[in-house]
Amino acid sequence: MTSYPAPTDAPAAEVDADVLAQIALSRDEYERACDMLGRAPSDVELGMIGALWSEHCGYKHSRSLFQHFPTEDERILTKLGDENAGAIDIGDGWVAVMKIESHNHPSAIEPYEGAATGVGGIVRDIFAMGAQPIALLDSLRFGPLEDQRNRRLCVGVVAGIGGYGNCLGIPTVGGELVIGDSYGGNPLVNAMCLGIAPRGALISATAGPSGTQLMIVGADTGRDGLHGATFASVELDESSAERRPAVQVGNPFLEKSLMDACVGLVREHRDWLEGLQDCGAAGITSSTVEMAERANAGIRIQTQSVPRRESGMTPYEVMLSESQERMIAAVKPAHVSDVEGWFDHWDLHAEVIGEVTDDGIARVFDGELEVAAAPVSLLTGAPAYMPDAERDPDAETRSHWDPGSVPDLHSSDANDALLALLGSPNIASKRWVYRQYDHMVGTNTVVTPGSDAAVLRIRGVRQGLAVCTDGPGRAVELDPYAGSARAVAEAARNIACTGARPIAVTDCLNFANPERASIYYQLRESIRGMADACRAFGTPVVSGNASLYNESEDSPVTPTPVVGMLGIISDVNHAVRMAFQDEGDEIWLLGASLEQAASTLGGSEYLAVLQNKSAGPIDVDLEAEAALIEVLVEAAERGILKSAHDCSDGGVAVAIAESAIAGEIGTVIDAEFGARLDSALFGEAGARAIVSVDSVARSDLLEIAAMLGVHAVKLGSVGGNRLKIGEVDLPLQDVTDAWNSALPNLLDG
Amino acid sequence: MRFAVLVFPGTWSDWDCVYALEDLGQTAERVWHKESSLDEYDGVILPGGFSYGDHLRCGAIARFSPVMSALERFSVTGKPIFGSCNGFQILCEAGLLPGVLQRNASLQFRCQPQELTVERADTGFTNGCRTGQIVQLPISHGEGQYFATPDVLDELEDAGRIIFRYSGENPNGSLRDIAGIISPMGNVLGMMPHPERASDALLGGTDGNYIWRSIIERWG
Repeated sequence: MTSYPAPTDAPAAEVDADVLAQIALSRDEYERACDMLGRAPSDVELGMIGALWSEHCGYKHSRSLFQHFPTEDERILTKLGDENAGAIDIGDGWVAVMKIESHNHPSAIEPYEGAATGVGGIVRDIFAMGAQPIALLDSLRFGPLEDQRNRRLCVGVVAGIGGYGNCLGIPTVGGELVIGDSYGGNPLVNAMCLGIAPRGALISATAGPSGTQLMIVGADTGRDGLHGATFASVELDESSAERRPAVQVGNPFLEKSLMDACVGLVREHRDWLEGLQDCGAAGITSSTVEMAERANAGIRIQTQSVPRRESGMTPYEVMLSESQERMIAAVKPAHVSDVEGWFDHWDLHAEVIGEVTDDGIARVFDGELEVAAAPVSLLTGAPAYMPDAERDPDAETRSHWDPGSVPDLHSSDANDALLALLGSPNIASKRWVYRQYDHMVGTNTVVTPGSDAAVLRIRGVRQGLAVCTDGPGRAVELDPYAGSARAVAEAARNIACTGARPIAVTDCLNFANPERASIYYQLRESIRGMADACRAFGTPVVSGNASLYNESEDSPVTPTPVVGMLGIISDVNHAVRMAFQDEGDEIWLLGASLEQAASTLGGSEYLAVLQNKSAGPIDVDLEAEAALIEVLVEAAERGILKSAHDCSDGGVAVAIAESAIAGEIGTVIDAEFGARLDSALFGEAGARAIVSVDSVARSDLLEIAAMLGVHAVKLGSVGGNRLKIGEVDLPLQDVTDAWNSALPNLLDG
Repeated sequence: MRFAVLVFPGTWSDWDCVYALEDLGQTAERVWHKESSLDEYDGVILPGGFSYGDHLRCGAIARFSPVMSALERFSVTGKPIFGSCNGFQILCEAGLLPGVLQRNASLQFRCQPQELTVERADTGFTNGCRTGQIVQLPISHGEGQYFATPDVLDELEDAGRIIFRYSGENPNGSLRDIAGIISPMGNVLGMMPHPERASDALLGGTDGNYIWRSIIERWG
């Protein structure tokens, strides 16, 4: 058996249960590391192994499932997991780069800084590739806002996202806010960033050949964020508040300078560099070791050379600090002083902290003393687990419940039911959130927040980009496979409603403790469902993040895979919005007839809000979804759609109401509702969208729908100042007020 | 015209301003805050952003940048200086305009389209408008609440130096709904809203071009 020489100046670490608990390494994993090393690790080595073998860095429970994902097509330029983010060729000489990541646990403890540094981290992942970040999205989950603690988290997280993102000059253009009981003790804060770069101008996160100099640039290193990666990989409990030092503090101003300097450096002097890498979770350890792995190399790090903001830091602390706003540049030896000079322009200090070697060993020095000498392959060789999987019997039972057993909605209650749904925080206007985010800086935001998807232009290019996030947790809980496929389908529908064709996915898997069979079942089936849906839409998964162990004393969180999707619109001047426009326009439902079976209420917002029930079957028809997307894209390209809006939460009635509110114009819907009123109005059958056209364009729409085999039914027309949807008949102003006032009423004051 | 668009560490509307001016056929160059001369330019733009991260107080550190002495010299030439958002804050901190910008009364950041009343159409920045015209320009700030002592406010009113007021709901608690003011000589204007974000029909509005075109009309 191979035995690797111990570092010359550090004894084997003394290990007990407490030490292992602090780095979230199991006894078996410790033994495994000892076997691989042929000896016991030193203190610093143990810390490095703990961080890199954490779920957060090592993807122990999710890695083996990623093989299900489609990850390639002719547009995709990166291999899943190889780089800081995924890159997609979007044509016209441009490349899009995107990724979504969680910052759930830090936000639970310290909402403002936790969310802020989540934004900082995802932005660094994008500019580490040399791309200019052009948009942020935030997918948020909190417990019920009637509870003061959840309100505090929501207010703090939104302020933190704004506080950081606004300062960077990157518009926050979209996202979600969903409220659910299970998120009370463990909110979800997922941030997605989209960047662009000229084709051929990206840089890899590699260390380069032996002799390459490793320079750190940006913030000085402090003790903040120590064990952050580990903290992200355990369940929250009553002692979690004591982990506050594991939450970092952000400095967005520094990040802005760092971003401008790094993007400029890669654009203008890529030849000075071998690689560029964000210093994120597990700090210098993960960034340098992962760079070495990509180069099949070793590294020597001199901890004494790392600029510090605190005195007396040990090599262990320097290697594992998660101080924010730091980057590692792998610089060709002849260009070290050039790089120093480049950063000096922004008053940033770049310092050589090590170099690349050819022996495959990660060596850490504290002055003359060698304190770690572990093989890179061991550090990046976290074990992969495939635990037992078993469906949660309670969720299974609930998914078999028949929504038809609930008495149908009485026609006299239809008005109140619609108002109640529009006032539910999951459906209500999110303006309270997005008006705290600068969503226009960069002057590229063509379709602003509050629509199905945001649309961005690229200056000088005809094509535009559409981007959105979706994560219907309740449906995933009831049926992880179908619910997760639906997450992808909803995202694709949102993209297509703007006229864009979906092209790629990034995903954030927010689940509870995967060591439990019911949770691992959720994770596995969710990935399978997303993977099959991505295949159906031709949208490979290019990047992502797994955030496991999302639970508190109360309970595990609802399984919440969040899909971030990118689409391309062939002419950004033809972007379609959700707002109804002109009196007399015809309103059409694409994808199905208005009559729907009671089963389509399964997992619906209607049942949740009006019956306090999360149950029923979850269906998804990927072929029908793909056909609907074709119809929407084709109709948008022909320029015949006056509006388009996805039918999802709250069904047809809510979709029509939202289009009417956005357009400030009423409707008259006089189509047949069929046997059940509740499922016709509020059922959540997929593969449907509400569009409006003028009477001239009607025949074109019908021709496209018929050609692609998509059902189209005329519901009524746009006009007046009342919202009339069959039995629903309300002044549009009342509808608008209910939708607008819900979040301010819950969150202000 | 040839414009200098000043760039401090943390500035982020610099490119947006450059593009808005270029789209109108002007020359606009980003000028780093360490430059010490603005002599070769016909006009200076101080764009939005968070110069120095708003540390200490918004605009408080930027005013000590080398380019600011050049800006003071530039201001006495009578050529136009236009500051929006953080640029307005810097002009106030530098004493080129009176008053200060405080945190919004809501204590929250606000990014939204905003209606403004044009109080005077006989300035170099508004000659393309009508007095009393309502224009729509986006706002995007956390510290836009205009504050000055009552005597300064009265002086501004009396001298007709309040050029834009918020129309409808006051988004930040600014005293007397002040959104933009001008210097006594009429060549320095600061305002919180962002005309460069309303200079392209694709983005939903072109009212910002009233301001750019007025500047070009007066000084071009």
